[in-house]
Amino acid sequence: MIGNLRMLSAAFVQYALIVAVLIALCSSLLGVTLVLKRFAFIGDGLSHVAFGAMAVAGVLGPVLKEIKSGLGEAGLEGQLSGVIQFFIDNDMMFILPVTIVCAILLLRTGQNTRIKGDSALAMISVGTLAVGYMLLNLFPKSSNVSSDVCTSLFGSTSILTLSITEVWLSVVLSLAVMVIFLLFYNKIFAVTFDEDFAHSTGTRVDRYNLLIAMVVAVIIVLAMNLVGSLLISALIIFPAMTAMRVFRSFKGVTICSAVVSVTCAVLGILLSIVFSTPVGSTIVSVDIAAFLIFCILSWAGVGKRKA
Amino acid sequence: MAQLSVEDLSLGYEGHVILSGLHFAVNAGDYLCIVGENGSGKSTLMKTILGLQKPLGGSIAFGDGLKPSEIGYLPQQTQVQKDFPATVWEIVLSGCQGRIGKKPFYGAAEKRLALENMKKMEITQFAKRCYRELSGGQQQRVLLARALCATQKLLLLDEPVSGLDPKVTLEMYQLIEGLNRDGHVTVVMISHDISAALHYATHILHIGHETFFGPKEEYVKSSMAKRFLADEGGKTK
Ligand SMILES: Nc1ncnc2c1ncn2[C@@H]1O[C@H](COP(=O)(O)OP(=O)(O)OP(=O)(O)O)[C@@H](O)[C@H]1O
Ligand SMILES: [Mg+2]
Repeated sequence: MIGNLRMLSAAFVQYALIVAVLIALCSSLLGVTLVLKRFAFIGDGLSHVAFGAMAVAGVLGPVLKEIKSGLGEAGLEGQLSGVIQFFIDNDMMFILPVTIVCAILLLRTGQNTRIKGDSALAMISVGTLAVGYMLLNLFPKSSNVSSDVCTSLFGSTSILTLSITEVWLSVVLSLAVMVIFLLFYNKIFAVTFDEDFAHSTGTRVDRYNLLIAMVVAVIIVLAMNLVGSLLISALIIFPAMTAMRVFRSFKGVTICSAVVSVTCAVLGILLSIVFSTPVGSTIVSVDIAAFLIFCILSWAGVGKRKA
Repeated sequence: MAQLSVEDLSLGYEGHVILSGLHFAVNAGDYLCIVGENGSGKSTLMKTILGLQKPLGGSIAFGDGLKPSEIGYLPQQTQVQKDFPATVWEIVLSGCQGRIGKKPFYGAAEKRLALENMKKMEITQFAKRCYRELSGGQQQRVLLARALCATQKLLLLDEPVSGLDPKVTLEMYQLIEGLNRDGHVTVVMISHDISAALHYATHILHIGHETFFGPKEEYVKSSMAKRFLADEGGKTK
């Protein structure tokens, strides 16, 4: 155990902590909106889409390598192959746009008629999960398919094996999410609290719903590195639900869920290193513990107004 | 020109027509009550006026210097709001959304306006309280204060007194009457309370199998009103 603690000075652990803090912060910010808008199910569906996209990216990787070596033989080395190499190294560049497009599609279908939207969502989310698993089996990255699958579903160690480009990409994307959230905080509040009223005051509700869906897609792709695709919803929903136990204002809930989320992520990573447990499920376990603690606090009357 | 004129309007959902051939106009200072049975399309009409719902035919025009985004709206409550963590202050301030346009934050002017309207509705002492922990009547006042932040000209109210006790209902009616008479705010209100509608309104729009629109005095004499009032009387006695 003490030996494990020594790992804390290693660069990759420090990267992991920085990225984890940023991702946890982002994912908690929109949690409140998603829970309250009954959008939580979209988050869940999208995480499966991201899993499918990752599997496709895994298949595309070798194809791109072929193309690249083909180019090399034809004497066309240079810029183009540099770009291709970038895509081979960072499958996030493929997963991200696919997930964003699906987020937009889901929102569109979900708006018109609720029932049709829900089953479309179920079809997409279960469908991509199945196809993704099949692709991983047909084109295995390594000899141990089930360990690959486990990694992408539950995250296991991917946060500790980020490349330096991935670290930068995560940092830039999370900062972008935070800036967008701050700038549109009041609009997001208005659209979340009462869509019809916001619309009647001239707010372009559909645009903000689109923005929210796209930001959620970005968060999901980011969070996939931290906790794996099956556990992403937990990262988004738990901090918000936890904060709602005790806080009564939108601002209070938002700030509290950000603090809870970051604390749980850091604690989770440290615990997972000390006890050699999987990162994702450790973080989510800490989130659950925090939720229970806040339930007890609210039961004991903290945050309730004295009449 | 009238603040709001509706010509030959048809409304409904996904091509299914609920009401058609609707004609009426609302002038500045009017107090229009919309009455009709459950499901007759009153809320749908209001949503169509607000642009939340596309009209299936006909036209809705705003005049007298009124912009479509300058309407205050008090919706029939939705489920989502019920467990929403938000303080009274946050909600009332969100009524100023249309005023700040593309700017991201509220300025001093918006905060002053929100405070003013909270004073008008006598809810300043609840500013820091959570909306969902207020009583129904207090919640309606919060939503009315929010609607007032959005406009000083035209208020659309969808059943503002449903679920309120008789005393608070009376207070609410008097508040709205004050806004209409002293604040010169035009009021369009949906109500099932026909006797109050006849007491406070200047005009009545009755929708259903037949439609009536006109000053309240004419409505009382119409055969449609007589039948409707007889039914209502049967319900309450
Ligand atoms: N989102 C919707 N999609 C399809 N039909 C709807 C929708 N909302 C309402 N309707 C239908 O439109 C008709 C009019 O509904 P509306 O809500 O306008 O009635 P209302 O006059 O406001 O009734 P109430 O007095 O109960 O509030 C009803 O028959 C209802 O079933
Ligand atoms: Mg209605």
